[in-house]
Amino acid sequence: MPKTTPSLFSLLAAAGMALTLWAQPVAADSAKSIKIATQSPLSGDQSAIGLDIKRGAELALAQLGKPLADMGITVELAPFDDQANPDTGVANAKRIVSDPAILAVVAHFNSGVHIPSSEVYHASGLANVSPGTTNPKVTDRRYAEVNRIVGRDDVQGVVGADFAVSQGAKSVFIIHDKTAYGQGITEFFKKRAEEKGLKVLGFEGTEEKANFDALLTPVIAGNPDMIYFGGIYPQAAVLFRQARERGYQGICMSDDGFDSADASKIAGQTLIDGKGTYYSTVSGPAAVYPGTAKFIKDFKAKFNAEPQPFAAQGYDSMAICLQAIEHAARANKNELPDRTAVVKAVRELKDFAGITGTFTFNGIGDPTLAQYFILQVKSADPAQWNENTLVQTLSIAPPQ
Amino acid sequence: MPPFAAVDVRELIRPLGQLLLFSLGSAVVLSALVLVLALILDQTAVGPHVQARYNVSLATYTLANLPQVVIDGLTIGFVYAAIALGYTMVYGVLEFINFAHSEIFAVGAFVGVEILIGLDRSGILRSASLGMAYAYLTLAIVMGMAAAGALAVTVERVAYRPLRGAPRLVPLISAIGVSFLLQDLIRLVEGLTTGQFNRIMPTFGNFDRRLFLGRFALGDANIALGISVKSIIVITAAVLMLVGLNYLVNATRIGKAIRAVAQDRATASLMGINVNRIISLTFLVGGLLGGAAGVLYALKFSRIDPFVGFFPGLKAFTAAVLGGIGNLTGALLGGIVLGMLETFAGSYLGVFTMGAAGSEYKDIFAFSILILVLVFRPQGLMGQQVGQKA
Repeated sequence: MPKTTPSLFSLLAAAGMALTLWAQPVAADSAKSIKIATQSPLSGDQSAIGLDIKRGAELALAQLGKPLADMGITVELAPFDDQANPDTGVANAKRIVSDPAILAVVAHFNSGVHIPSSEVYHASGLANVSPGTTNPKVTDRRYAEVNRIVGRDDVQGVVGADFAVSQGAKSVFIIHDKTAYGQGITEFFKKRAEEKGLKVLGFEGTEEKANFDALLTPVIAGNPDMIYFGGIYPQAAVLFRQARERGYQGICMSDDGFDSADASKIAGQTLIDGKGTYYSTVSGPAAVYPGTAKFIKDFKAKFNAEPQPFAAQGYDSMAICLQAIEHAARANKNELPDRTAVVKAVRELKDFAGITGTFTFNGIGDPTLAQYFILQVKSADPAQWNENTLVQTLSIAPPQ
Repeated sequence: MPPFAAVDVRELIRPLGQLLLFSLGSAVVLSALVLVLALILDQTAVGPHVQARYNVSLATYTLANLPQVVIDGLTIGFVYAAIALGYTMVYGVLEFINFAHSEIFAVGAFVGVEILIGLDRSGILRSASLGMAYAYLTLAIVMGMAAAGALAVTVERVAYRPLRGAPRLVPLISAIGVSFLLQDLIRLVEGLTTGQFNRIMPTFGNFDRRLFLGRFALGDANIALGISVKSIIVITAAVLMLVGLNYLVNATRIGKAIRAVAQDRATASLMGINVNRIISLTFLVGGLLGGAAGVLYALKFSRIDPFVGFFPGLKAFTAAVLGGIGNLTGALLGGIVLGMLETFAGSYLGVFTMGAAGSEYKDIFAFSILILVLVFRPQGLMGQQVGQKA
């Protein structure tokens, strides 16, 4: 591993620089200097995504910082590593809010980390834009500070039902994993399916992970046009495989918990058989966003690497923070705004044109229109998982 | 007694007869029960509800699904029975419940699956002929058995033997401790070597093929009656295991020694039987069976994780108690009854209750029967009929 030494070196160098900056007297701050923090997993098994959220934000700051600089306000990035761990996220959040120079925070990637950490941002009135957390609870607490630019888990059910209708399905059998996530999605699916006139042959929850024989008896007997599963792939893939083995030929569909190459390892060819297997997700592959071509080019030029999923969302989250701070500063006669003004300015943005979409936040911090993607499994080979075809892109308003 | 006693054919045929009897018996009883229920429910609101969904009466629906449900129930029943044999063997000899058996089962599954994954990586599995595919599967089962057997003997030596003679609760708690320890140990080893939580059985041979046995028209849909090759393998292997174990215990000298230790440890030792060796042997046999069951389980259900042993272990333990713990035939009967009950409940509950209580509540029936049996026959279904213990 020849890369270890330089990266370690650069890390030390970065630490050294940070220390130098730290050591500089606060006097430099009088020249209107502020910070925007990021929090994402920079270490651990999700660091590939977390690091690129930070890099996306860094790129946005480099490219879009000019209007603020013209006002004499210098903006600095303050990256934090939440390790995808709620405890670390909350501890970092406390450090972030105690730094008065930080006016906004781009965070997090994991809903489980975001929900407790955002309690801290809320308590201190710090504006927060999330590039990737999808749990309904993130915004359902109606905190003025907390926003996100992606869709919600509970809309995926609606997306799935609409997709079923668009494929000409007349009947569906719904199964969920009895978790808040899976059951939540399927309840929305069921409601929408019934509204659209689909025949719901069954609605079942199961914690079973291996033997779906009994559960499949009514499914096979009813021969629905679609089996919808709300939950995670270790259950979903086994269920789909056993359904196919029993001769089911219709559509199999699941949610973004299915988005893992392991699903194809479990179910292999059975995902391709019949009328195919589909899943919905809130984050499409980077290439599907119309505005990302330049971003991908710039990203590669700056970091010499392909952007991971959510890098573009990191860029957009930072762009939104910068724009909001700019608006707040203008309203404050080009002086530094306070945190409350930035919080208000984020919500007041209208049709902000980002690279992954056009964003306006509703009263609770969800984008008024979020994009959802439906992908179809294309190959029985797990290595080809990233080649799954994009079937539909939908823009849907969040539930209020 | 001559050193090579003639093969006692009766001991080979007897368990087969029992198997057939139990399978047919539970199938007939449960089928009759659901059919009567269906005919009654047809007169209530359930009838039109089913008519609207499937275009048939509830009785027809029940009947058309029945053969497949019986096959599914038997398959899972034999899996439970194979695991239950391990619990019941140890209980029969030591009157002690080896709660670590579910993890011994899991270790067998992991060893078998890792070997097959290794073979798959090197490309051997993909190019294997059908005969070789079966040979590799046999190899995986044998290795899984060996690992699980060795582990069972080690666990007995380390965690149970020092506690022999202690109050009964003590080894029980030790067993629960070993169970948790092994779970996390599997997780640790997998985490360090492969870094993955789920391990997946490679697809090879013709195990996934499904043999079609017939077709039933049901309203607009067709129900294809079938059984997959892997289910046949699971059933065959479980039958072989039972027959072999039964023969070992009831028709060999070692079996006689096992039975003697089970009846009276002190007296057996006076008769020149090495009690410790026989107990180790009991654990070895239990572990071998558990390991084989683990690999078969992985073959049938594709995906395993470090906690894979918990639910099958719990169900198999229930099966052993239901049939009469300590009794080999009882474990088999318990496994079949439990598997059948579970599958019948899971398959029909949703339709019979108009979707109000789906197959997620299937365990209520299995465990209600367990409570009823324990209230009215605390020794289990077969607990008294056979005098000697395993």
